[in-house]
Amino acid sequence: MGQTLFDKIWDAHVVSSNEGFPDILYIDTHFIHEVTSPQAFDGLRTRGLPVFRPKQTVATADHNVPTIDQHLPIKEELSRYQVDMLTKNCKEFGIELYGLGHPFQGIVHVIGPELGITRPGGTYVCGDSHTSTHGAFGAIAFGIGTSQVEQVMATQCLLQSRPKRMKIEVNGKLHKGVGAKDIILYIISQISAAGGTGYAVEYAGDTIRSLSMEGRMTICNMSIEMGARCGLIAPDETTIEYVKGREFAPKGEEWDKAVAYWKTLYSDADAQFDEVLSFRAEDIEPMITYGTNPGMGIGVTQHVPETASFEAKEQGSYKKALEYMGLHDDEQLLGKPIDYVFIGSCTNSRIEDLRQVAEFVKGKHKADNVTVWVVPGSKQVQEQAIREGLDKIFNEAGFPLREPGCSACLGMNEDKIPAGKYCVSTSNRNFEGRQGPNSRTFLASPLTAAASAITGKVTDIRTFLKEEELVS
Amino acid sequence: MATKIFKHIQTSVVPLPIENIDTDQIIPARFLKATTRDGFGNNLFRDWRFDENDNPKEEFVLNNPNFSGKILVAGKNFGCGSSREHAAWAIADYGFDAVVSSFFADIFKGNALNNGLLPVQVSEDFLKKIFDAVYADHTAAVEIDLVDQFIKIVATGEQETFEVNPYKKACMTNGYDDIDYILSKKELIEEFEGK
Repeated sequence: MGQTLFDKIWDAHVVSSNEGFPDILYIDTHFIHEVTSPQAFDGLRTRGLPVFRPKQTVATADHNVPTIDQHLPIKEELSRYQVDMLTKNCKEFGIELYGLGHPFQGIVHVIGPELGITRPGGTYVCGDSHTSTHGAFGAIAFGIGTSQVEQVMATQCLLQSRPKRMKIEVNGKLHKGVGAKDIILYIISQISAAGGTGYAVEYAGDTIRSLSMEGRMTICNMSIEMGARCGLIAPDETTIEYVKGREFAPKGEEWDKAVAYWKTLYSDADAQFDEVLSFRAEDIEPMITYGTNPGMGIGVTQHVPETASFEAKEQGSYKKALEYMGLHDDEQLLGKPIDYVFIGSCTNSRIEDLRQVAEFVKGKHKADNVTVWVVPGSKQVQEQAIREGLDKIFNEAGFPLREPGCSACLGMNEDKIPAGKYCVSTSNRNFEGRQGPNSRTFLASPLTAAASAITGKVTDIRTFLKEEELVS
Repeated sequence: MATKIFKHIQTSVVPLPIENIDTDQIIPARFLKATTRDGFGNNLFRDWRFDENDNPKEEFVLNNPNFSGKILVAGKNFGCGSSREHAAWAIADYGFDAVVSSFFADIFKGNALNNGLLPVQVSEDFLKKIFDAVYADHTAAVEIDLVDQFIKIVATGEQETFEVNPYKKACMTNGYDDIDYILSKKELIEEFEGK
């Protein structure tokens, strides 16, 4: 019987498999950052162990860094201490650090791919749940806790039971104004925030295949938002073209060998999945979330569900979510005034996201009631945007381009949405308080976020696209 | 390195009948700046537990003197969201030894097991029975036995078995540690690298 893509990669990395034990899985690259690593380094010190393979460990500072004036010392004392601690630990344990000021610094899930570190067939882990992003290359990538960060530092291996396999197919042609973010928000709205728990999810189908690498990363990034252990997409020419020539991509003979191997990485026609789901691209509208988990999403023209439409035992949690969001049963979000727009995060902060937003906002200006933050995913994305003149377009539109980091996705630094305020955000989580205590998040695509910034309210991007078509 | 041992507990429980409790609720990101594992219990469920002036919110269960115990009982999909192990540290540091729910997010479950905090997955029906028991009598005791893998409502004797990975069970009941286990296979790792 044929094998799934996931099983091919898994089997190629099993160091030891024993009945009744989880497998010992070899990890090609371990990404670390300032927030989930200090306790792991402490653990190594207590054990008197070195980092087993420091050359296969890559560090950056992203979660807890300011996004303005990065050349100055970090003002907030605890944040500065945490970032300094990463520098100290990397030095002591011999790990390459792309810290603040380094040309490769950025959000860990943006820099791995853009540096050619993330490749098809590899295994990647990081103490961050959005590590699933790297699966877009046809790789296994797990988010892990700090005890496991310590484990991988100490052994370059992860103890892990093989998850079940799910295939999610999307076929058909997307409507204008609908993109990768809408696809994944739609899938999660259909299967719930827990619908993928226990599974490695392979995305397939011609719609997925038509996406750029950056779109595929957006899809895989949010696998965790349906509870999946990881998400992956079989590599193809799009993947190979993306990796080719990048800083740490294989070169010469190594490259040819690598490509030959990557071409074997797909699920065989007769591979068995534990679950297969299919969706039609034509059914997907521009999406927006209304609630406090990413499964609570609707098409932007639809109405918020009625409490009575849920089972009795779920109604309490549902009411709590609507109350937190300041919404009511059957409310339509379209036209609702907003206060902030955040364009950034490991979901949507890559150069294509910024280009798409710049193209749309060129010659337009944000509404007076809205504050907009554009936070690039990495130093390289920021510099590319400046080279292309996107920063000027953004400035003229009232969309200042900041410096790279996780920023208002999780509100660890000072980029917080104030209490009670509404933010249309291109990030991945709308949990209570995620973007700041009592902040209210509507997750959406970069285009929907940009359109909402221009009008000052939740907006259907398609109304603009129609107008622009008429003009041109 | 030995870890905390868990075999059996019997205590009253703290009910939190909310679904999809994510790790940002368990420990908000702004409290992740600490570089040690200590003290996260003070900020467990911070924004549900305290108002913006740091005054306790009376309506939240951790501020209700009627409810206490070493078992937290919560709605389905507990621990979804971020991989932050700080969530497991916060729950354990506050004084809980086990969390009971009808469904757990994967990463949280793994993090809990790595910290001697036992996640016990029960059926929706049994979860409701526990909530009913504790709301009828806030001192209602629940017994959890990891060795024989059952959970019991003491007053009524109703019980259910639960699943746990046999390896993780051995770790928790004996205090074994993952890193010691993997390093015992170091030769295999080096052999793999040589391939």
